Amino acid sequence: MPHNKTQDTLVGLFVASGIASLFFLGLHVSNLSSFSHGKTFEITARFSNSGGLKVKSAVSAAGVKIGSVKSITFDPKTYESVVKMDIDAQYKTLPDDSSASVFTAGLLGEQYVSLDGGGSDDYLKNGSKIEITNSALILEKALGQFLFKSAEEKKGGDDKKGSSKK
Amino acid sequence: MEFFQNLGASTRSSFTKLGRGSYFLVHLLAGISSVLVRPRLLLKQLHSVGVLSFLIISISGLFVGMVLGLQGFYILSRFGAEETLGVMVAASLVRELGPVVTALLFAGRAGSALTAEIGLMKATEQLSGMEMMAIDPIKRIISPRFLAGFLSMPLLAALFSCVGIIGGQLVGTGLLGVDDGAYWSQMQANLDFQGDIINGVIKSIVFGFVTSWIALFEGYDSIPTAEGVSRATTRTVVNSAFSILGLDFILTALMFGDN
Repeated sequence: MPHNKTQDTLVGLFVASGIASLFFLGLHVSNLSSFSHGKTFEITARFSNSGGLKVKSAVSAAGVKIGSVKSITFDPKTYESVVKMDIDAQYKTLPDDSSASVFTAGLLGEQYVSLDGGGSDDYLKNGSKIEITNSALILEKALGQFLFKSAEEKKGGDDKKGSSKK
Repeated sequence: MEFFQNLGASTRSSFTKLGRGSYFLVHLLAGISSVLVRPRLLLKQLHSVGVLSFLIISISGLFVGMVLGLQGFYILSRFGAEETLGVMVAASLVRELGPVVTALLFAGRAGSALTAEIGLMKATEQLSGMEMMAIDPIKRIISPRFLAGFLSMPLLAALFSCVGIIGGQLVGTGLLGVDDGAYWSQMQANLDFQGDIINGVIKSIVFGFVTSWIALFEGYDSIPTAEGVSRATTRTVVNSAFSILGLDFILTALMFGDN
């Protein structure tokens, strides 16, 4: 069979472009590039309600991503949600009285854990527990409370009207 | 009475065909080791199966991506969520359209050509001629083509998705005014490497395997006449399309069903 160099080059270009597109998908389209292979340490926080938090959701401090949620489990004894988080090892100077809150990015965005630094001189380390936590804001609950409250106020106003008539 | 006889005969013949196909597949897979000794055979097939499909795949990908950009924008802008256009375009391409449309185009472009080629080789008794010279036609003809199809599919599907995402970006940010940064950052934040991209690649590998198998088997099993080859080519396209879409449902249910 004759050695066809153009054909070889074309096949080489084809395979290279295919592999390049796989790389493009991996690095540019998905979140692979933000995946850190560096060392992490684990901290735990207990929330009375972790809302729509998911495994791999971001953990951020002052708006900067410093780690991710590793696991979310339900504790059947205390009826709390136990959230384990992996924090990048370079952020080992977080005070151990930091508080964790579940927030939503934007109105319809994903939920994430936000760590707010405290004033302690001791730092969070592997296996630390965060004592102060704020649960996720459940929109339905908040709406329900608001409606209930406004209904009650209205009712209260009506009662006053009624009593004044009497 | 005759109806039941025909029903039985066609059921039996379809099972016989499945059996022949499985036997053919085993034989073909066993022949792959001999392709590794002669990589030049594989290169030649990679050229005719992969390189020549390059253009149709990239142009189709570009247009599919552009259409997704347009359609997605009109739906998403109703909810004021134009920024998630990138997620929509990329997720639908990487998860579904990339592997499936590439496989359908591949069956039409390369699969039918493979069937016709093998069928004509059979009709002109080239395959028998090889056997006479003690050359196994499966090792020499079929296995390199199978391997080439199997290897090209994931590459072509990745190419399709990439070109599509760029096409969506051209329409979305260039024509419709979606923010370029939001297009990419939302995409990166919401697409998972393991869950989305690897699963899409697995899909395309499965489709490449099935499409190449069907195309080669139909050619090898065709009735060696002009009409027989033409029927075999039609069957390749029809059966490939059925199995791609059916398998796609099963694979999607397995991969994305639990979340």
